[in-house]
Amino acid sequence: MSQNGLKIIGNGILSDNPTFVQCIGLCPTLAVTSSVENGLGMGIAATFVLIASNAVISLLRKIVPDEVRIPIFIVVIAGFVTVIEFLMKGFAPELNKSLGIFIPLIVVNCIILARAEAFASKNGVFSSILDGVGMGLGFTIALMFLGSIREILGAGTWFGSPVVSFEPAMLVILAPGGFIVLGICMGAFRALQARAARMKGLGATPAEARPMGCGSCIMAKFCTKTEADEDCGVK
Amino acid sequence: MTLTELFLLFLSSIFVHNILLSRFLGCCPFMGVSSKLKTAQGMGAAVVFVIMLASLMTWLTYNYLLVPLHLEYLYTLSFILVIAALVQFVELALKKLNPVLYKSLGIFLPLITTNCAVLGVAVLNMNEGYGLAAALVNALGSSLGFLLAISLMAGIRERIETNEGIPDSLQGLPMALITAGLMSIAFMGFTGIIK
Repeated sequence: MSQNGLKIIGNGILSDNPTFVQCIGLCPTLAVTSSVENGLGMGIAATFVLIASNAVISLLRKIVPDEVRIPIFIVVIAGFVTVIEFLMKGFAPELNKSLGIFIPLIVVNCIILARAEAFASKNGVFSSILDGVGMGLGFTIALMFLGSIREILGAGTWFGSPVVSFEPAMLVILAPGGFIVLGICMGAFRALQARAARMKGLGATPAEARPMGCGSCIMAKFCTKTEADEDCGVK
Repeated sequence: MTLTELFLLFLSSIFVHNILLSRFLGCCPFMGVSSKLKTAQGMGAAVVFVIMLASLMTWLTYNYLLVPLHLEYLYTLSFILVIAALVQFVELALKKLNPVLYKSLGIFLPLITTNCAVLGVAVLNMNEGYGLAAALVNALGSSLGFLLAISLMAGIRERIETNEGIPDSLQGLPMALITAGLMSIAFMGFTGIIK
């Protein structure tokens, strides 16, 4: 069991990393990584909501009728988001201010709904909590990593204390920097993954390692087409 | 707000504070549904439609239900429920009343419930304390900005898709993100035009 538990946590951090592999939850990723502190704050908030909602949804999974499961999941998630918003207002007002609108927007963070749908509604409470921990950690690590790069290059500081001697490039902490840094990091992560796969002799070429296709598609839940269809808009 | 102020708000919500390129709301469909121009425009049109309706409904909910009852803190919960119900309702109504439009927008509608642009605009309207007119103008501008950005992006992506020169690991999403970054730099040029 503990072996299995570790595997579930490891999945979220590495092989199914929400940001770099599944490419979901992009909005908060881009918006709050202008400093490492914001990234950490957002990561903790999202992890809390993930763990709590995964646990509750897993408990409810046998009672909830299939047709109305999505609205019910959303209500559960929105409840926990309201809780974390109160906690942040009370204990970390500064952080709450700088994350601003992205705290209520945790409700529509695709990671949380996707885990509710893909994992918590099918697995036991204990595994669902572990899945929440793993995905939350994976998300937090990705946010801190991006936040560190952007804060160091864009403001010349790390956790607010100066670390570099060169003139920082403001652009990196502004909006364009978010897109470009995430794009480059994602490319690098894929290149590393493809290399690891080749070294293991799995023979996966980078094109195959690329997470494209219906499995990772954000439309998958609602779409009736397949990758092969001519009018698959996502392909 | 005077008419001039409303017009400035409209322009600034399209260009200066573009919902995708400067506020980072709605990035999932922006990246996910932007590889073909036609589908991107369908998505954009559906978003314009839903954001307008949702802003109206959430504004009414907040000002006529939550404020009188002193339940302001329940805004997240009630907004998302209003939006989810609205999207379902629009889907049903469209199916019945206008099957042609339903065919082109229909598949995007369920996805829009979890589009943070819709909830985002509703929360922004509330945070800024806009009146009904300003809220609707902001909603129209923001959603047109979404349509503009996603159409531009799809146009560019149709071209770079066939480009052999892009390294394997950058193809697809990473390249799209870098392209979005460059577009965002271009949009920063609008910053000076409105104070």
